[in-house]
Amino acid sequence: MDFDLSEEQRLLKESVDGLLNDSYDFDHRKKYMAEKGGWSKAVWGKLAEQGLLGLPFSEDDGGFGAGAVETMIVMEALGKALVLEPYLATVVIAGGFLRHGGSSEQKAAHIPGIIDGSKTFAFAQLEKNSRYDLSDVATTAKKKGDGWVIDGEKFVVLNGESADMLIVTARTKGGQRDKSGIGAFLVPANAKGVTRKGYPTQDGLHAADITLTGVEVGADAAIGDPENGLALIERVVDEARTAMCAEAVGAMDESLKTTVEYLKTRKQFGVPIGSFQTLQHRAADMFVALEQARSMSMFATMAADFDNARERATAVAAAKVQIGKSAKFVGQQSIQLHGGIGMTQEAKIGHYFKRLTMIENTFGDTDYHLRRVTDGGGLV
Amino acid sequence: MDLAFSKEEMAFREEVRAFFRDNVPPETRRKLVEGRHLSKDEMVVWWRILNKKGWGVSHWPKEYGGTGWTSVQHYIFNEELQMHPAPAPLAFGVSMVGPVIYTFGNEAQKKQYLPRIANVDDWWCQGFSEPGSGSDLASLKTKAERKGDKYIINGQKTWTTLAQHADMIFCLCRTDTNAKKQMGISFIVFPMKSKGVTVRPIQTIDGGHEVNEVFFDDVEVPVENLIGEENKGWDYAKFLLGNERTGIARVGVSKERLRRIKDLASKVESGGKPVLEDQGFREKLAAVEIELKALELTQLRVVADENKHGKGKPNPASSVLKIKGSEIQQTTTELLMEVIGPFAAPYDEHGDDGSNETMDWTAQIAPSYFNNRKVSIYGGSNEIQRNIITKAVLGL
Repeated sequence: MDFDLSEEQRLLKESVDGLLNDSYDFDHRKKYMAEKGGWSKAVWGKLAEQGLLGLPFSEDDGGFGAGAVETMIVMEALGKALVLEPYLATVVIAGGFLRHGGSSEQKAAHIPGIIDGSKTFAFAQLEKNSRYDLSDVATTAKKKGDGWVIDGEKFVVLNGESADMLIVTARTKGGQRDKSGIGAFLVPANAKGVTRKGYPTQDGLHAADITLTGVEVGADAAIGDPENGLALIERVVDEARTAMCAEAVGAMDESLKTTVEYLKTRKQFGVPIGSFQTLQHRAADMFVALEQARSMSMFATMAADFDNARERATAVAAAKVQIGKSAKFVGQQSIQLHGGIGMTQEAKIGHYFKRLTMIENTFGDTDYHLRRVTDGGGLV
Repeated sequence: MDLAFSKEEMAFREEVRAFFRDNVPPETRRKLVEGRHLSKDEMVVWWRILNKKGWGVSHWPKEYGGTGWTSVQHYIFNEELQMHPAPAPLAFGVSMVGPVIYTFGNEAQKKQYLPRIANVDDWWCQGFSEPGSGSDLASLKTKAERKGDKYIINGQKTWTTLAQHADMIFCLCRTDTNAKKQMGISFIVFPMKSKGVTVRPIQTIDGGHEVNEVFFDDVEVPVENLIGEENKGWDYAKFLLGNERTGIARVGVSKERLRRIKDLASKVESGGKPVLEDQGFREKLAAVEIELKALELTQLRVVADENKHGKGKPNPASSVLKIKGSEIQQTTTELLMEVIGPFAAPYDEHGDDGSNETMDWTAQIAPSYFNNRKVSIYGGSNEIQRNIITKAVLGL
């Protein structure tokens, strides 16, 4: 029983916090947002230089063999700074597919490009009617010779606009909602038949709707078993949810800090508004919500080591519920306590609220995960 | 970071669990499971079993009978005790006055009181709150006037829990009326059978008799019953209230009650199927379980921190424990109410002393719900807890 970071983990935290403190204040962020694709290649290069893009990969694959705790540390820091760069899509999700399901050839072909920062990825999963159900897949992958032909439409693909490679979920057999017959495929973003319509998202990130029409890929495009890929997809998405929980904790932490600072400096009726008990107690409740969320983020992170797959999944779902509730409360009350200024694009606080709101609705909202905990038999 | 308990800690949990299984009187356990009150004898008998085992005052320093356990071991002990369930040691003696005496008392006082606290030879009660001094405790008015080698005590205390059983009271009394309100208070102990002490029961909304008013009318107390220094009582009171940081979450109590909710909900039918199979109810239950898991983790963060770094600097997360712990306890009693529905109505007029068993235990569900409203009021109301977070953590 130990919640402290190891010496190495503490150094990692210092280095990533240090990097972002230097290069990622709110004004920097605005500039990065205006760059092509909506994020900064230079920052991405710095993340690569510090080894952050290679963290979770094994040393054999050129990485550092770090675990879930290290990802938590990085994601929390990224959340604090509202980082736009595609760490989640590239390192956590695509990295997860390659680490858990990739062949040695696939690893050799793709991991070095992730680690050195030359390639980014996107996960093309959401469909018009799938909502949060990972097994609801209408996109098809049909055998052609040794390879596959992929047809379908994917929506709100994070980093889909600028990614070099896509990981596309597609059905190889069975009906639209069957649990078997789903695979994950590596598709070059510039492959013939891929069209991308990019746009910014509410939180300042970028995504794309992607249409795949007769896209031909080789046999080596399938990650793992193309007919039974759901377990791999669920595993990777649970890791993505866990990472987003940590990101949300970072964003909530910074929201509360910013709000408390505002309460100390903003004066009305001749006194700092933080002297009013109504506002003090609201801030105290935000602190409670944040600490409960932090506890569950740690729980989901450490659950990555649980042997029992059902317990592991339930832990992640439970964390996503807590984070969803806490994020909504902290996000909304941060705006309320800032008053009118919190409503402006100019103030940083609203951007935290928007990112937290989008996190809640990514890979399953609070209701979805509450049902998942219920169906998993609860926690007590 | 590591969530797992060590092999030694797991073995300790087994040892504690086995001891409770073999030694808690089954009738005592059953009454607790059913939410019934225990008699004084039932509690004292169990506490003496615990003390004989050497676990009666587990967190005291070894020289006074403590165990020398780590913070994690204390956590495990409390959780197993709450989940069994078995009555927790009498807080007023073991967690409150005991530590004040061994920290600030003189040798004679330690010798006189500590062993009797451990064995519950004396049942202690707490004389803090007054009718005009609740959250603003330091405004208390009960006066102790020095006359020769005696204090003459006059005033009134209230919300005195189980004073009807008590042999001894520890009391905050004003000994200097001219000093700033926190500076003129002393910590004085005396027998409840002293001349001039009157106990009057207060019946609470659940119909029970747990708390009392206690009146002092020219009560004569020898000066050697002062603990520590005169006019330093407020410091000791703060020490006492800050002593118990982690137990207050009562995670084990809520876990045990959740099991009871599931058990009852699997038996009570609605629309031809158990309430437990109703999707809406299951989601409410899951929501509480998630809150409780988060609280358990928050508590473990505090415990692990103390285990590794000592109790010196309180972990800011510890201030979450009282607020969330009390809210969750209250929610679980609400859920029990929801399961039993219209059958919560029958009221057991004699349910309080634990002697009447003619009515089904479900008659205790509503009283337990009513009674549990207290947990967000006592021990520093949840609003006071928010004041503490505001000042100590957020710096507002």
